[in-house]
Amino acid sequence: MRFSVITFPGSNCDTDCVNVLRDLLKQEVVETFHETLQLPDEIDCVVIPGGFSYGDYLRSGAIARFSNIIGSIINFANKGGLVIGICNGFQILCEAKLLPGALNKNKNLSFICDDVYLKVKNNKTPFTSQYKEGEIIKLPIAHGDGCYISKDINEEQIVFQYCDKDGNVTPESNPNGSVNNIAGIISSPIRRYTDTPIRPNVLGMMPHPERACENILGSKDGIKLFESIIKTKSRVLI
Amino acid sequence: MISYNLYMSAITEKKYSIKKDLLNKLKLTPDEYLKIIELIDREPNEVELHMFSVMWSEHCCYKNSKALLKTFPTKNKYVVVGPGENAGVVDLGDGIKIAFKIESHNRPTAVEPFQGATTGVGGILRDIFTMGARPIAILDSLRFGDLNIPRSRYLFSSAVSGISHYGNCTGVPNIGGESYFYPTYNENPLVNAMAIGLIETKEIVKSGASGIGNPVLYVGSKTGRDGLGGASFASSGLTDESHRDRPAVQVGDPFCGKILIEACLEAFKTDYVVAAQDMGAAGLTCSTSEMAAKGNVGIEIDLDKVPTRTTLTPVEYMLSESQERMLFVVKKGFEKEIEKVFGKWGLDCVCIGEITEGKNVVVKYKGKTVVNMPAGALVSDTPIYKREAKEPEYFRENKKFDQNKIPDLKANEVIPILKTLLSSPNICSKKWVYSKYDHQVQTNTVIKPGSTAGVIRIKNEPANRRAGEPAKEKGLAVACDGNSAYVYLDPYLGSKIAVCEAARNVSCTGAKPIAITDNLNFGNPEKPEIYWQLSESTRGIKEACIELDTPVTGGNVSLYNESNGTDIWPTPVIGMVGYLEDIELAIDGSFKNAGDVIIMLGENKNEIGASEYLFSKTNEIKGKVPGLDINLEKKVQLSVRELIERRLIKSANDCSIGGLLITLCESAFPNNLGFALNMESCRDGVAPSLRTDAILFGETQSRIVISTSEKSLADTEKFLKEENCPYQILGKVQEKFVEIKSLNIKSEVKELKMVWEKALPDLLS
Repeated sequence: MRFSVITFPGSNCDTDCVNVLRDLLKQEVVETFHETLQLPDEIDCVVIPGGFSYGDYLRSGAIARFSNIIGSIINFANKGGLVIGICNGFQILCEAKLLPGALNKNKNLSFICDDVYLKVKNNKTPFTSQYKEGEIIKLPIAHGDGCYISKDINEEQIVFQYCDKDGNVTPESNPNGSVNNIAGIISSPIRRYTDTPIRPNVLGMMPHPERACENILGSKDGIKLFESIIKTKSRVLI
Repeated sequence: MISYNLYMSAITEKKYSIKKDLLNKLKLTPDEYLKIIELIDREPNEVELHMFSVMWSEHCCYKNSKALLKTFPTKNKYVVVGPGENAGVVDLGDGIKIAFKIESHNRPTAVEPFQGATTGVGGILRDIFTMGARPIAILDSLRFGDLNIPRSRYLFSSAVSGISHYGNCTGVPNIGGESYFYPTYNENPLVNAMAIGLIETKEIVKSGASGIGNPVLYVGSKTGRDGLGGASFASSGLTDESHRDRPAVQVGDPFCGKILIEACLEAFKTDYVVAAQDMGAAGLTCSTSEMAAKGNVGIEIDLDKVPTRTTLTPVEYMLSESQERMLFVVKKGFEKEIEKVFGKWGLDCVCIGEITEGKNVVVKYKGKTVVNMPAGALVSDTPIYKREAKEPEYFRENKKFDQNKIPDLKANEVIPILKTLLSSPNICSKKWVYSKYDHQVQTNTVIKPGSTAGVIRIKNEPANRRAGEPAKEKGLAVACDGNSAYVYLDPYLGSKIAVCEAARNVSCTGAKPIAITDNLNFGNPEKPEIYWQLSESTRGIKEACIELDTPVTGGNVSLYNESNGTDIWPTPVIGMVGYLEDIELAIDGSFKNAGDVIIMLGENKNEIGASEYLFSKTNEIKGKVPGLDINLEKKVQLSVRELIERRLIKSANDCSIGGLLITLCESAFPNNLGFALNMESCRDGVAPSLRTDAILFGETQSRIVISTSEKSLADTEKFLKEENCPYQILGKVQEKFVEIKSLNIKSEVKELKMVWEKALPDLLS
């Protein structure tokens, strides 16, 4: 499969994503710099990594939304191409309106780096097919603005929820105050600018699956997410 | 020696035009002024004088400490770059070279904690990537005042935010550190930041300029008026007026720092960069003169070409410590290639001058020469002071302390004391701090903050990596240590212990300690008692480093840590780097399974002096610092590493502040386990008269608590006997309870862990 991993100035998880895809999973990866107007040819999946794009000045993801590359990513997504935004990538996808809602400051107002448990609420997506429904996984989080809020989100759009280690979705297991313990969401089949419904193809999540792909790092629970993408095998021709 | 009187008479005779007030303001002495005249054969002009004032500050030239630092060992088979460059470098074989260094940002933190700490991290990261190394880890060593005082809480939490701000944004994991709180740091907190980098370039990038006619490029952020004279501000004591020096505090922009890292590493890989130096302390002054002096060449720059944020005077240009700037010397004719790289990242890259024949630093401003003097006068001909040393009164007084006058603990006092200690900010869980730091970015962190030492792996070549396969990758273990209470009470012994404890922490992961970087935070060296502390402390560090074969590869000296005349406790901080041949072997300090056997390597002794226990009981730091038998220390460390390599043990935790019972709790808490401790075996082999408090809370050195399965117990014991390593079987790991049968003590782990976890958040909320 051919991935495009986007680098904005200030992205700092781009290399980690490339490492997992290229070195561990032996996939083709094109490292794509923000200045270019066009995504590389014949891409199957775009990865928007974590970090502090443009210093997160103004608001997390707000400047990246106006970068050169973003138009091409929106186009790609609207044609059904797979796009995953992790952490800052999630924030950028919300700012670019590819996903509903927004990410506020964490409820305790400070940056949190920790391991959290997640419940895979929806495994019928191109990003989660290798997980069981309701599977409990452990992934790291590292963010200051991770409190997800949204007025218009459907139940089936919720992909990951923060939970305790037994899978109970509780207020105590919610690290940042997100509505409904939401850790990750997928786009709705009904999209702006398109008339016909398309399959849900844009995932945004705050936790870092790329940091949990090797036993030596304490968890391998993240690798199935990338394996799910690879198993999807559906090239979008732009 | 030219005397003050002679100087005064010279002034009165109007021989020299300099005003005494200006010299005072610039923190130069009359003798130093006369030395400057001798060196450059005339009176310096205003710009030149300002340049001397920063370059001859303790921060830049180590004038009070150089004589002592020279005694440190600096070589072993791993060290490829020792003191004198931007950072030290060790070679781990197979092309893996590691750059590392520690640096302080104490004075800025005292007046502007957020920016002070932010730029502390920014500065040390620049030192690392200037060598051609990608920063792969940060550690921070913090000393703050009594957290019951609102200002201490403000200073501490702002500094933590600052550190997290820069580290998180640049994407460098913070893998460990330490924080201590004593009233001595109320006004003058310490922020020491250590960074580690992996060399990515073919050759290590050095700072000595070469090649007459080669262009000098200014890269990074624009120059502003921030951080003016920061180096000399950092080399003087704090007073009630220090807040007026706020403009001397630099302002950091981690976003710019991050893109500067990427741009510089990309530029270094072009092979067109001849030399590089970051503009940290003393900005343009330091970078131009050091690059010229080290390369034995001259340098000429034109200030009108320097990118600025605002109009500046020549003095401001030369003294600004605006952050995220670097100076490059590049091969003539290849400026465009470098400009292209920086252009890609949206950073300035401007040719501001060239390397010249001769040895002078020449600075032009609006067509006029405003500086023209030998670089060596600023860099190498600096004053060196060997000051008077005097044993302080308190040191003699403390020797009289008799621990027998302190009544031993009764059984019913153990749990209350344990809880007091678990909630002491010096001992409690520091999760409040490290959860604000991204410690997992770059996907190398194997042992996270909160254990004995941070451990990261060094990734193999991409081609050899595959999901799910065992790594067989190398690793690094890094720890920062320095118990200043010990050093205060006995600078020589306390400093020796600091080195040993840092090594012990690293050894507990299975790594072999190979080299250190040190940060010496002391008071005003012009006071004989303080100079005595400094010289005793360096003697201790030197001896321990020789014994452990962990040379000093560089570091930082921060003197004049005093506020309104009161000096801080002497606080050397040791940053120890350890090498793991196989990362898969690394273990942490936490107990793994109920039923495992707990063993203590080393011996218990009748020592309660200088302990946190005594501090909590008497609210004073006093008594005899625990003794150190260096041969036992080496044996214990070697044994624990060998046991780890043979995969015989599951955890290893260094016994340090708070003593044995605290160490056991620290090992038990992470996996919510308990333990049963057998007091009688603790007395084994030693006089049965050992005090109960000494066993439970004494801080005897050279002890490591390990755990092993029943199955591996026999092999473990056999090994320890063969090695002649003293040990005692302490008891067993169990579920739910902390238990000492002979004292009739049984307490729930859940309750104790809560005390330990909540202490810091409660204090700071």
